[in-house]
Amino acid sequence: MDLFEYQARDLFAKHGVPVLAGEVIDTPAAARAAAERLGGRAVVKAQVKVGGRGKAGGVKLAADPADAVAKAEAILGMDIKGHTVHKVMLAETADIKEEYYVSFLLDRTNRTFLAMASVEGGVEIEVVAEENPDALAKVPVDALEGVTPAKAAEIVAAAKFPADVAEQVADVLQQLWTVFIKEDALLVEVNPLVKTGEGKIVALDGKVSLDENAAFRQPEHEALEDKAAANPLEAKAKAKGLNYVKLDGEVGIIGNGAGLVMSTLDVVAYAGEAHGGVKPANFLDIGGGASAEVMANGLEIILGDPDVKSVFVNVFGGITACDEVANGIVQALALLKSKGEDVTKPLVVRLDGNNAELGRKILSDANHPLVQRVDTMDGAADKAAELAAK
Amino acid sequence: MAIFLTKDSKVIVQGMTGATGMKHTTLMLGDGTNIVGGVNPRKAGTTVTFDQGREVPVFGSVKEAMEATGADVTVIFVPEKFTKDAVVEAIEAEIPLAVVITEGVAVHDSAAFWALAQQKGNKTRIIGPNCPGLITPGQSNAGIIPGDITKPGRIGLVSKSGTLTYQMMYELRDIGFSSAVGIGGDPIIGTTHIDALAAFEADPDTDLIVMIGEIGGDAEERAAAFIEKNVTKPVVGYVAGFTAPEGKTMGHAGAIVSGSSGTAQAKKEALEAAGVKVGKTPSETARLAREILVG
Repeated sequence: MDLFEYQARDLFAKHGVPVLAGEVIDTPAAARAAAERLGGRAVVKAQVKVGGRGKAGGVKLAADPADAVAKAEAILGMDIKGHTVHKVMLAETADIKEEYYVSFLLDRTNRTFLAMASVEGGVEIEVVAEENPDALAKVPVDALEGVTPAKAAEIVAAAKFPADVAEQVADVLQQLWTVFIKEDALLVEVNPLVKTGEGKIVALDGKVSLDENAAFRQPEHEALEDKAAANPLEAKAKAKGLNYVKLDGEVGIIGNGAGLVMSTLDVVAYAGEAHGGVKPANFLDIGGGASAEVMANGLEIILGDPDVKSVFVNVFGGITACDEVANGIVQALALLKSKGEDVTKPLVVRLDGNNAELGRKILSDANHPLVQRVDTMDGAADKAAELAAK
Repeated sequence: MAIFLTKDSKVIVQGMTGATGMKHTTLMLGDGTNIVGGVNPRKAGTTVTFDQGREVPVFGSVKEAMEATGADVTVIFVPEKFTKDAVVEAIEAEIPLAVVITEGVAVHDSAAFWALAQQKGNKTRIIGPNCPGLITPGQSNAGIIPGDITKPGRIGLVSKSGTLTYQMMYELRDIGFSSAVGIGGDPIIGTTHIDALAAFEADPDTDLIVMIGEIGGDAEERAAAFIEKNVTKPVVGYVAGFTAPEGKTMGHAGAIVSGSSGTAQAKKEALEAAGVKVGKTPSETARLAREILVG
């Protein structure tokens, strides 16, 4: 889960990383009082989870509280690379002398953590990495040892931070590492980390991404979720504990197992090439159990998607038996009908694996007018695509 | 022969006495797995009776279980909250193979136990987390892969995905498998495609390797480079996630395309450049494997 800048700033402050005072508002009117509390002058920054907002006009300096209202008005509601600005942060202004870059992240390739640091901050770090790779220091961090004072000094030396800020940057690195560990982050990034006119080191802008698998020990993270921005179908699915991602096609997909569902999307897109280019409408993994209730929840989400023209239920019975899945589908359709839901979209069902014959028989016996059985994955994908193209 | 797991493997189950552990221990026993013990400090000294009256003793720790039974494999079913401690215990006991089935393990926990395994000189091979485990059909099953999909044979399979593993085993069930290893789709995993490819290459009972990958990270690209240099046996590949949008996690915690990296297309191209035949669908992948083995 990626956080907004103001949320990252809050986590930085919580763990002692030096930040500037700031306030988050969502109406222009609120900008006046916020700016007054910050001493009059303030930087007004769009809160969007996408880079390049400065270039897009999403960051402006306000000279006084009245100007802050005007700037907030201009920025709120703006569209930055497809992201609408719903909140702005007003931050204290800083006298910037130098801009640096520091981050900690997960290094999947080497199965460890990585520190990155550069004295050329303030620009997109991908650009530095490409144009001047020597200016970006990369130092592996052992997951068991973490960032000790010695490791922090190593990172500072590797990035060639000037002597006058070396000690302060080393401190910030250790504080930032605390954020990374205590908050179960996958990424903590400060860009720019600035040196002010007074020679102080401050985190001016930051990015944090959190590990959702750590929710069991991070109860406070749920509140950081941007529920307003979530697709309504995704939000509904999440509330029902379903693993769902909305896509832009017409064939609704339900399957069991992440890999099989991903593969189902591809096979449908591939089959769709012969049927006017129809595509999968979603990713939905109902997991191993595939009980009637879970199936009904899944079907309800997918049938509630106005983009969906047909549904492909693709299940391979591993530990789960296909007869249970077939019963689940039949019961789910009955359940939806009893709830007054008007099921009018055709379903193509492919069952294979454990007890497939029995499962197929249950579907045939139920003889539901909207359900068609196709017994191969490629064949079923083709049928679902054909139905969606009609 | 097979890889990592044979009929001689002595298997213990951490979390055996929980509902999931009980269910899958029953299934593993049914597949012929030599399960010699369970681990649960609160139930140490008791025994659990499974089907056909099979009694399995419960030990207080992995170390005790190993000392009493000579166990060399542990299958871990404990909930995600306790997974790190369970794996750390297994590594400290120096058990040769730890299969971590648990889904939803925090990345910081996986990073910590992986670092510990390395610090201890890699005496413990870790498979997973968030994986279905591995099976050597007809001999032993350590995990949750259904034992009755396929029969013993000469195909080796390594996969990030559980259900795609089952699908592939099913499509090629008449030919059969030497071993099938589900390595899991988390951002940090123990055993990689490369580890399994190297083991299958060295296994005299494996004639062909099927490798299943998915979006996220660069494991498939690195596997392709490894195949080019080190694998002489034919490899058939499949990659899932061509239609996955950028920046969205597709079920598996590690299945995410970040910017332009981790795409299915890049993985497919890397594999093909290494001489791997890559199927467009699971069925086509099975057909490619069949053509090579049966003609």
